[in-house]
Amino acid sequence: MKKQTVIELRGITKRFGASIVANKNVSIDVKKGEILSILGENGCGKTTLMNMLAGIYYPDEGTILIRGEEVSIRSPKDAFHYNIGMIHQHFKLIDVFTAAENIVIGTHDDGKYDIKSAKNRIREMSEKYGFHIDLDKKVYEMSVSEKQTVEIVKALYRGADVLILDEPTAVLTPQEIDRLFDVLRAMRENGKSVIIITHKLNEVMEISDRVTVLRKGEHIKTVNTSETNEKELADMMVGQKVTLNIDRPMPENPELRLEVEGLSLMGSEGHLLLDDVSFSAYGGEILGIAGIAGTGQRELLESIAGLHHLQSGRVTYYNPKKDKPITFFHKTFERVMELAGSGMLRYADGRDFTGKDEKGKPLSKKTIRGQVEAGEIFFKEDEVINLREKTPLQIRELGVRFSFVPEDRLGMGLVANMDITDNMMLRSYRRGKSAFVDRKTPEELANDIIESLQVVTPDVHTPVRRLSGGNIQKVLVGREIAAGPRVLMAAYPVRGLDINSSYTIYNLLTDQKKNGVAVIFVGEDLDVLLSLCDRILVLAGGKVMGTVDARKAKKEEIGLMMMGTALEDIEKQEGGSL
Amino acid sequence: MEKQQTKQEQIKKEPWLRIVKRDALPAWKIILIYAIAIVASLLLSAIICSLFSSKNPLAFFTSLFTGAFGSPRRIWLLLQDTALLLGVAVALVPAFKMKFWNLGGNGQILVGCLAAISCMFYLGGKIPDALLILIMTVASIIAGAVWGVLPAIFKAYFGTNESLFTLMLNYIATGLVAMFITIWVKSGSGVLEPLSSGNFPALFGNKYILTVLVFLILAILMYIYLKYTKHGYEIAVVGDSPNTAKYIGIDVKRVIIRTMIISGALSGVVGLFLAGGIHHTISTASANNMGFTAIMAAWLASFNPLVMIGTCFFIIFIAKGMVEVRGNFGFTNDSIANIVIGLVYFCVIACSFFITYRVVFRKSGAKRKKTDEAKGVD
Repeated sequence: MKKQTVIELRGITKRFGASIVANKNVSIDVKKGEILSILGENGCGKTTLMNMLAGIYYPDEGTILIRGEEVSIRSPKDAFHYNIGMIHQHFKLIDVFTAAENIVIGTHDDGKYDIKSAKNRIREMSEKYGFHIDLDKKVYEMSVSEKQTVEIVKALYRGADVLILDEPTAVLTPQEIDRLFDVLRAMRENGKSVIIITHKLNEVMEISDRVTVLRKGEHIKTVNTSETNEKELADMMVGQKVTLNIDRPMPENPELRLEVEGLSLMGSEGHLLLDDVSFSAYGGEILGIAGIAGTGQRELLESIAGLHHLQSGRVTYYNPKKDKPITFFHKTFERVMELAGSGMLRYADGRDFTGKDEKGKPLSKKTIRGQVEAGEIFFKEDEVINLREKTPLQIRELGVRFSFVPEDRLGMGLVANMDITDNMMLRSYRRGKSAFVDRKTPEELANDIIESLQVVTPDVHTPVRRLSGGNIQKVLVGREIAAGPRVLMAAYPVRGLDINSSYTIYNLLTDQKKNGVAVIFVGEDLDVLLSLCDRILVLAGGKVMGTVDARKAKKEEIGLMMMGTALEDIEKQEGGSL
Repeated sequence: MEKQQTKQEQIKKEPWLRIVKRDALPAWKIILIYAIAIVASLLLSAIICSLFSSKNPLAFFTSLFTGAFGSPRRIWLLLQDTALLLGVAVALVPAFKMKFWNLGGNGQILVGCLAAISCMFYLGGKIPDALLILIMTVASIIAGAVWGVLPAIFKAYFGTNESLFTLMLNYIATGLVAMFITIWVKSGSGVLEPLSSGNFPALFGNKYILTVLVFLILAILMYIYLKYTKHGYEIAVVGDSPNTAKYIGIDVKRVIIRTMIISGALSGVVGLFLAGGIHHTISTASANNMGFTAIMAAWLASFNPLVMIGTCFFIIFIAKGMVEVRGNFGFTNDSIANIVIGLVYFCVIACSFFITYRVVFRKSGAKRKKTDEAKGVD
């Protein structure tokens, strides 16, 4: 029996601005009584495509047919008119209203609600599809899964025949996912069409009848789930490996610089954002971090930088100090005495420095100060510093030279309304005892960066919000590198940048690597990760799936790991097939 | 054919006027825009006022200027009130720069004033005036600072909404003043007679100069504090991007509390001058709503303390001038004066829109065709 086609998209193209093409000539169809998965990496245009069905965006080119009729969906209201309902990732519910009130609101044009009969209708529906819903519960008292149920019922109550769910399982526990899938199957039995946007391969295999794969805005292929497997889908998703022309020297004498052990971080909703993450970063190499967006990369870097309260785990920094005398530049007198007490310091000739003379009598503060200032006291080994539970300021005061290019450039890295000079001083304004800030040095630095990175700006007194994305990033990266880091963490440093600016940034990172800096690069483009990095750590769902050698790794392998398959399992499978 | 349709659709989609953000204007153009707005608003006010009375619109301007500058005493009063308003604006500006919406200026002034009057009431005559003034100063500063720091502590540690908190403290301050007046004034008239001790000395034989000088100096100091000190830099970072502040290790809680201590203390100083320098008494209306008027002054000056000297002067000038206009035009109530003041504010605020944005009108069909053709010729 051939199923009836409900929705047909023909040659849909959507552009944002002149250069970004979110969807390019996409043609797909949705049949009555089926579950269709839309699969693809982040930024491949899945959500944009569906938003055009839901009336959020309007396509630039192409046509949408519903039950064979050409339609134009200009608003969510139009979408409801055609019985299309979309459940967005961020729920659109009113917190202080009950479930029932949220479901009926906006459905009656005359402004009267008959909650009682509405409740009866909702109950009937719930029985039909197997929802568990407490209609009198207020939304703010609900769990994420309950809110999602309300959203689904809301769409069905408005008569949706086609239900679009944007990453519905992202915030659910495995049990809740099972329950959701039961509901979706019941809906399929009742002749509804369900579209789920996802990037989880196992769920695609479990629930859907057909899978549409998108890559970089283009429709790659639509296949029947029964005729494909996870590996084939992963291949379609990531595509062929493209080697980029990025200079990648072999790491020279990599030295352990940063060690993360068993790091776990709890999110505000009580689920683990990072689950037992362990890895090491070495000076002189670039460690890539790959993963679907929002799988813990940001939290990982922020945890290392001291911005989160960790559930468990250790972050250890190895300060390369053994060949250089200690100074008061980074160490306070108290800290020097603390280090001496734990037996970590020595004199140039190898004798222990304990803050006491040969007879065990404590040296005067003045003598010790003199010795440190004369450069007579050294670390025995590389200094080991525990960074757990330290604030960013404490970390800096311990002499740890971290630089961090955060994902949110204007929200966290720079101050949008301040000029370039003032942004240069963010890290250094505290220097000196004076109550006044010194703007001379930062201005020189700003001029240096503008010149060496070719930042396009009228002058150093232009507020950074007036610069273009690429130039903002150059200012930020320039400042972080100028701080002379030992560890440089960069989250999506080329996001939104054109090719030339991207290469400028890649080269800067490689230069830092050559200088012996441990570079940690979080990226989203696998081709870039494979061409730029030395090793790649793959995260999925806040867990480490494995670390691969970027010179040898296969793209599909990383693709599978990003989808939640551990490296060991992939190796086992490959071993088995051999 | 399909293409034609989409083109028509696009035309339909373009609204007939659009608002476009413009690049930074040179300073002289900004000043010109403001000047035009002020002149336009005054002309409009003149017309309205003459409509409601039989007077000549020109009389509006003469009355306005006589009201403000008519006699040496009037000029000194104008300067003194400008200085007081400037004092409040200077007190509020660090909080506002930090995006801490301090609406509690009135309350902070009142408690400062109350503290000074209490000292005058209880210690007056018992200790030398010089010592009394010193104690009054300390008491006012502490009282204002406490009134400022309370909402700051709650904001920093519990995320309480500072606007509501500061606003509510105004009522508590008013209540406190009413309570003390009842205790002090045994006659039951509810009016505290001016106190004779603890009055500020006249400088160069002029009782206004001290107030004017003190607040002028405070404005300059505040300008330096915000622009050139590390504290000022921290305030700007916290106000603009709290996450950045957190990341670079600024203790946001500390900055909020420290800044509000300063803000409250400076409001307390205004209260001190009301008590010791000007009224020598207190009423629930002593703050004269300056806590709110000063927000206007600070906002119009884009939070620049030096520019605030000008905006405060302008606001007081209009207020003083309108009193005279009211008398001369025979208006029996305040409404017309308030309408005019509102109108002037409105024009000045509205014109700042034209500094940030420009309005683009949709070209009509024929015009569009023309420009298209012109482009084709090129």
